[in-house]
Amino acid sequence: MSSNTEATPYCEDVVKKFVLAATFWGVVGFLAGDFIAWQLAFPVLNLDLEWTTFGRLRPVHTSAVIFAFGGNILFSTSLYVVQRTSRASLFGGSGLGNVIFWNFQALIVVAALTYVLGFSQGQEYAEPEWWIDLWLTVIWVLYLIAFAGTIMKRKEPHIYVANWFFFSMILTVAMLHLGNNLAVPAALFGGDFMKSYNIFGGVQNAMTQWWYGHNAVGFFLTAGFLGIMYYFVPKRAERPVYSYRLSIVHFWALIFLYIWAGPHHLHYTALPDWAQTLGMTFSIMLWMPSWGGMINGLMTLSGAWDKLRTDPVMRFLVSSVAFYGMSTFEGPMMSIKAVNSLSHYTDWTVGHVHSGALGWVAFVSFGALYYLVPKLWGRKELYSLKLVGVHFWVATVGIVLYITAMWISGIMQGLMWRAYDNLGFLQYSFIETVEAMHPYYVIRAMGGLLFVLGALVMVYNFYKTIKGDVADEVMQPSTAGAR
Amino acid sequence: MASMEKDSVSGQMTTGHEWDGIKELNTPLPKWWVYVFWATVIWAVAYWIAMPAWPTINDYSRGMLGYSSRADLDNELKAQKQARGAWLAKFQTASVEDIAKDKTLLNYALVGGKVSFGENCSACHGSGGVGVAGAYPRLADDEWIWGGTLAEIEQTIKFGVRNEHADSRQSEMLPFGTGDMLSAEQVGQLADYVVSLSTKTPAAGSPGEAIFAERCTACHQEGGVGSKDLGAPALNNAIWLWKGNNQAAKDMVVGQITKPKHGSMPAWAGRLDDNTIKMLAVYVHSLGGGQ
Repeated sequence: MSSNTEATPYCEDVVKKFVLAATFWGVVGFLAGDFIAWQLAFPVLNLDLEWTTFGRLRPVHTSAVIFAFGGNILFSTSLYVVQRTSRASLFGGSGLGNVIFWNFQALIVVAALTYVLGFSQGQEYAEPEWWIDLWLTVIWVLYLIAFAGTIMKRKEPHIYVANWFFFSMILTVAMLHLGNNLAVPAALFGGDFMKSYNIFGGVQNAMTQWWYGHNAVGFFLTAGFLGIMYYFVPKRAERPVYSYRLSIVHFWALIFLYIWAGPHHLHYTALPDWAQTLGMTFSIMLWMPSWGGMINGLMTLSGAWDKLRTDPVMRFLVSSVAFYGMSTFEGPMMSIKAVNSLSHYTDWTVGHVHSGALGWVAFVSFGALYYLVPKLWGRKELYSLKLVGVHFWVATVGIVLYITAMWISGIMQGLMWRAYDNLGFLQYSFIETVEAMHPYYVIRAMGGLLFVLGALVMVYNFYKTIKGDVADEVMQPSTAGAR
Repeated sequence: MASMEKDSVSGQMTTGHEWDGIKELNTPLPKWWVYVFWATVIWAVAYWIAMPAWPTINDYSRGMLGYSSRADLDNELKAQKQARGAWLAKFQTASVEDIAKDKTLLNYALVGGKVSFGENCSACHGSGGVGVAGAYPRLADDEWIWGGTLAEIEQTIKFGVRNEHADSRQSEMLPFGTGDMLSAEQVGQLADYVVSLSTKTPAAGSPGEAIFAERCTACHQEGGVGSKDLGAPALNNAIWLWKGNNQAAKDMVVGQITKPKHGSMPAWAGRLDDNTIKMLAVYVHSLGGGQ
């Protein structure tokens, strides 16, 4: 707290709302995910009702965790960080903030309802129909105005690196959203109101979809969350960012290279070979730019490594960066065609996505939330750091169960699919692979359950913190948290 | 404003920027990071030279290795076809009976049939043809609705049961218990008798026996032995297609008399080639109860 203590009236009531919404949607999304994980292990849980089948609940899960949980996390952290690091209050104030907040929450509810009722564009992570897409576009433009407006009235000479990442996220997501949802409604009013047709067909539609899908990961779940990392890690560690130069180089390299990587989702399909080549090579070149963020995150801790023992919030933040490093190695590896021919369409992909989603995105979010809740509600610290430690270990064990189960199940599945007998026939039928995967589906669902339980511990901790309680516990450096 | 200062832990200078208390060190890029990054770039460029990579207006760079995934697939399919050619030529001319007699052909058909069964049949008939209680017939026993010889099985697979195909097997049981053909009491009596057919002591002389003789024997035959020509299942062996796992046999029979369920199966001719259907027939025949 050196130069910027002169009181800028930060607009934080809307940030508080986004924090609460993120926590709420997080629990909803994790529960939905674990429920569909049990459905895969025990299909009777589809309940024989069209509304509760896996096919309809899966987009509820993915949208709830990515857009409702992740989105509210990004809104809360970016609007908090941009004010603090610009020493300026939110552009548009809480008026604009509230319009964004309530529209976004209403949109989530409406989108989820349409999925359950059976309406979908049929494009992964872009399921909402055309009029919901238009609504989101308006919300996103308002967000851009609030964010960019705050940066423009900043009192700092430079724009902090976290804001570069947030800004690139906002701009690129806008471009992706518009590009992938270019659809013609079947009718503007009346019966076919809920149906539209994408202007691209066939492989062009597939390519646009994965240009969108991969960069939803790249810009929404990576660039945006690197923005979170760049503020909360140095803040919590009370250390300077490791390397300014690295942050510049890896930022530009990351955003330039990521946008090309989509075709690796379409290896060995009707997509032309040249496009597959570009998708794969750009994914490989993306490895070091991704790791630049990991290096800057981890090395910022030099001189503060002891905090890992004393501060479980730091543990969340650091583990998230470690998981980020792991996923961003695994991803380029899986984009290599020879590896992809085994991993594609298997549970390995699901495991990969979740090591990134649970380990990186959710953990860095938990770290940020644990930092923000006492700050925003004016408490000295959280209700209980011990419970943060409990959350950390329960969730970590959950993730480990999840991803190891999916690695084994996915590689087994891939090997079974490609096994031939000596007469040249396929060795296994599809149903045999499903039977073989059953135990791993159960393990995965149990891992997911642990992850949900951890989140519930966090909710309790927030409730007590906001209420103003402080647990009677002594944090001793060597025994902090559960060991 | 913060100024550049030396960080006591790392010995690096800060950049002089500060945001909300966050400073930045001016650490140079890690050497290994730079080297590995350039290595991936060089590898990518080499890959572009070797493989199809960059689009042009009407074409794309073909790459020095001349690779094409379509040509690759084409070659694989050709090689596969050639490897199977010798077998398939023999299957073309052999009948299902011939295949079952020839040991090497039989072996080939059993392996190939298992694969096709897993892909096409197991969704209803279950893995290994175990069937689904109350829904789909078990193929791994010696109870056959439409016949269990190789030729009969082949015909059932080819043309299916109760579908639109002109040669489909057809039969329908009348809803005897609906309307005024039989009273509710008579339906109960008849069901009691039908259930007793599977026991060692069928209820001879019961009112149900009389109704059975009058209404049912035309298709299900005397003593309920069934008729494969008519697709009328045997009723005397306690194997019930329509009995759910936790259902009483009598309740099921009453249901069938009142409102009969009829299963159907698609015709596979036209979807699967003749050789595959032959292999399937031989495989299903081998599951335990082929006649």
